[in-house]
Amino acid sequence: MSLLSVKNLRVTFETETGPVQAVRGVSFSLGRERLGIVGESGSGKTMTGRAVLRLIRPPGRIEADEMRFDGIDLMAASEGQMRALRGQRIAMVMQDPKYSLNPVMTVGQQLTEGLRQRDRLGKADAVKRALAALEAVQIRDPERVMTAYPHELSGGMGQRVMIAMMLIPEPDLLIADEPTSALDVTVQAEVLSILDALVRDRGMGLIFISHDLRLVARFCDRVLVMYKGRVVEELAASDLMAAQHPYTRGLLNCLPRIGGSRGPLPGLDRSADWAV
Amino acid sequence: MGALRAWLADPNPGSRRQARLGQWWLGWLRLRRNPLAMSGLLIVGALLLIAALAPWIAPHDPVTQDLSRRLLPPGTPGNWLGTDDFGRDILSRILYGARITLYIVSLVALTAPVLGLLMGTVAGYFGGWVDSVLMRITDIFLAFPRLILALALVAVLGPGIENAVLAIALTAWPPYARVARAETLTVRNSDYIAAVRLQGAGVARIIAGHVVPMCLPSVIIRVTLDMAGVILIAAGLGFLGLGVQPPMPEWGLMISSGRKYLFEQWWVSTMPGLAIFIVSLGFNLLGDGLRDVLDPKSAPK
Amino acid sequence: MTDHPPDTAPSRLFTVARRLGTEMFTLAITLLGLLAMTFLIGRVVPIDPVLSIVGERATQEQYDAVRLALGLDEPLWKQFAIYVGDAVQGDLGTSIRTREPVLTEISRYFPATLELATLATIIGVLVGVPAGVLAATRPGTLADQIVRIVGLMGYSMPVFWLGLVGLLVFYGQLGWVGGPGRLDASYEMMMEFTITQYTGMILIDTALNGNWPMFANAFSHIILPAGLLGYVSMAYISRMTRSFMMNELGQEYITTARVKGMPEWRVIWVHAMRNVLVPLITVIALSYAYLLEGSVLTETIFAWPGLGSYITNALFAADMPAVLGGTVVVGAVFVALNMASDILYRLVDPRAR
Repeated sequence: MSLLSVKNLRVTFETETGPVQAVRGVSFSLGRERLGIVGESGSGKTMTGRAVLRLIRPPGRIEADEMRFDGIDLMAASEGQMRALRGQRIAMVMQDPKYSLNPVMTVGQQLTEGLRQRDRLGKADAVKRALAALEAVQIRDPERVMTAYPHELSGGMGQRVMIAMMLIPEPDLLIADEPTSALDVTVQAEVLSILDALVRDRGMGLIFISHDLRLVARFCDRVLVMYKGRVVEELAASDLMAAQHPYTRGLLNCLPRIGGSRGPLPGLDRSADWAV
Repeated sequence: MGALRAWLADPNPGSRRQARLGQWWLGWLRLRRNPLAMSGLLIVGALLLIAALAPWIAPHDPVTQDLSRRLLPPGTPGNWLGTDDFGRDILSRILYGARITLYIVSLVALTAPVLGLLMGTVAGYFGGWVDSVLMRITDIFLAFPRLILALALVAVLGPGIENAVLAIALTAWPPYARVARAETLTVRNSDYIAAVRLQGAGVARIIAGHVVPMCLPSVIIRVTLDMAGVILIAAGLGFLGLGVQPPMPEWGLMISSGRKYLFEQWWVSTMPGLAIFIVSLGFNLLGDGLRDVLDPKSAPK
Repeated sequence: MTDHPPDTAPSRLFTVARRLGTEMFTLAITLLGLLAMTFLIGRVVPIDPVLSIVGERATQEQYDAVRLALGLDEPLWKQFAIYVGDAVQGDLGTSIRTREPVLTEISRYFPATLELATLATIIGVLVGVPAGVLAATRPGTLADQIVRIVGLMGYSMPVFWLGLVGLLVFYGQLGWVGGPGRLDASYEMMMEFTITQYTGMILIDTALNGNWPMFANAFSHIILPAGLLGYVSMAYISRMTRSFMMNELGQEYITTARVKGMPEWRVIWVHAMRNVLVPLITVIALSYAYLLEGSVLTETIFAWPGLGSYITNALFAADMPAVLGGTVVVGAVFVALNMASDILYRLVDPRAR
């Protein structure tokens, strides 16, 4: 049985000028594997990830024919059931730690919050677990980071803290929404390898959302290519270079290659037909 | 009509004026959908109308006394809102009072923002020590309790409507200076200012012709939101006997003159207060709506 | 940026000291500006300060003697220097009516104003913050509309008129509260003899003395003005809370808290509220300052013997030293409030430290 199955997911926003569909009938299923979702900004990939956690707030609306996680019907689950799933079993790492960490709480407070509130752990135990989690993301002086505020951390450090925070409850599924896009190139590889190792060791499912096709191809087993709220192509990562869909090929062609042609990179061909 | 509407709503405007008018049109459409803002507009419109037509719609003269008809309760035929302690018709006095309120409000709206704009744009444009000095002065005025400063000023200048306006304007400009300075700082280093400078335009011309227009929209929103406060302060000065002098029918003054009769003849004080409340609510509703229209981020969904 | 929390103890101490230094400088400049303004106002007054002391029928010698004593023959800048020097030593001049030092008089009147404004602010915060949060978490609903309209109404209300209507309804018609003044007349007379005045604030003093009947009476008198002023301050606080809260709830760290499975009350009241508190402190300080200043209008209505009535009464008696002294005190309180909110801001926001 698959860990997560999604059929015909739609996310709609009510705006002043009428409803806008950000996700328009996306279907996929996922085992304990790594699924990449690729697309430009505005393609609905982020909304797809958030819809799985049911984190779309009004005026946004989620509809789906089916959305099941480990046998639980996510569409029918109560808000309380969803809360129990979030954090415990499904976690999410967001793009920029500058915004995704609470600026006025120390790292320690944010790391231990889940353990203390949800799992009712004592303070000493929670701190011990948090320190272990920080060590697992290769932070050298975890005691010090625990007392720091997010603005005192670099981007790479912040994202490692974020990963540690999300992995503390050992979830079954991790959604990583552009986890390295906001980081310096040199730090990106480091954070990715940490994420890679942790996901592998703990055997969790991963949805990796990115605009970077190469990265996804290297990192994931399967790739969904999204365009204007729809999946235009689904293929194994190893077959990416043999992609059929013109949009996917377009995305591939606008990446520079070592040894490739030095001419100007081609613009992206966008046909309205693909979105139908 | 239909053609005009299409021209206004054209997503690809052919000229700058069409684009701007189209923006106004869209803003008006958004404002029209906001019932609170529309009721504010209605109130302000009514104020303008009443002020213009006071002599024709007021049933009595606002200052003529008739001691045989003093302190009549509301509902008395001929004096629907009652009469005050000199037998003057309260309704007529309120209608005429709209003129005074409007006079004060427009005088302040014409002076304080101008002073603020001048200070703010000059400070922002020149920067350096000019900025430091002007902003220090602004901060001192901001740190001052507005009403008390106005009070002290009127105490010095002597009571009266013009002095009240002057005192209010002198205390109202600092926020405008702040707004204008912030806007100026964002445009100061832009390329189009550099282009104007390269054409040899002088400082005064750059500020008046190219910097001030950029600051106007945010200043105008502030003016609308500020008007309610100006009405309240003017009424407060009148109430303390420092603004408009009797026998003129100023609303704050009317409240104060009715205080002696509060428990027996409640209408003398409460009616003009209601007028102040409604008018300042009107300005607040309108300003609130305008801000929603011009700054969609803060609009409630 | 480095991979480590960058600050080391000495550098942090240094920045704090430096910031404190510039702040003290700014503070001094502002206070000096305040004094300059009252000084100038005092000099342009068409009231002759000498004449108001010696009276119309004084001889030229008497007149000149007083003029000399007041230092009015000195050049203007020297007069200002003397004025500032005196003010720094706590001498704000002598009241013309009572011949008492202005500061002594003000210290007698001020606690009444402080007590009223404080209680009103407490009411405003206790009602306004939850109302604003309620509106922000349910935007567009009926609750939101009600908070918005009630808030706008509070914004638009002339306080002195609100006070009159309040007296008319709750005191005159319903008789639920005590009337004008801080106490009933009978208690007023008792107070001198039975109450040790620690703070000058009746609620606190009567409680400390254990005189509960008098406490109850004082409460029945203060609750109406404090409630009405509290409404005005609530209007401001609820509107600002709503807009700050809406802003915070749209931030990404809120999503993080929800992803962690935190219940909604914790997301709002712990995660978002801690961030809302940062700007809200300034707003509360501002509304507090506004109430202190508004006392010139409200206190006459409630016959409240506070700073506001002191200033207005002095105004009508053309007692300029008292008016300007009162103005300086209110201005200084404003500056102090500003500073207090700045310090609190730093405590709440680690980024500003």
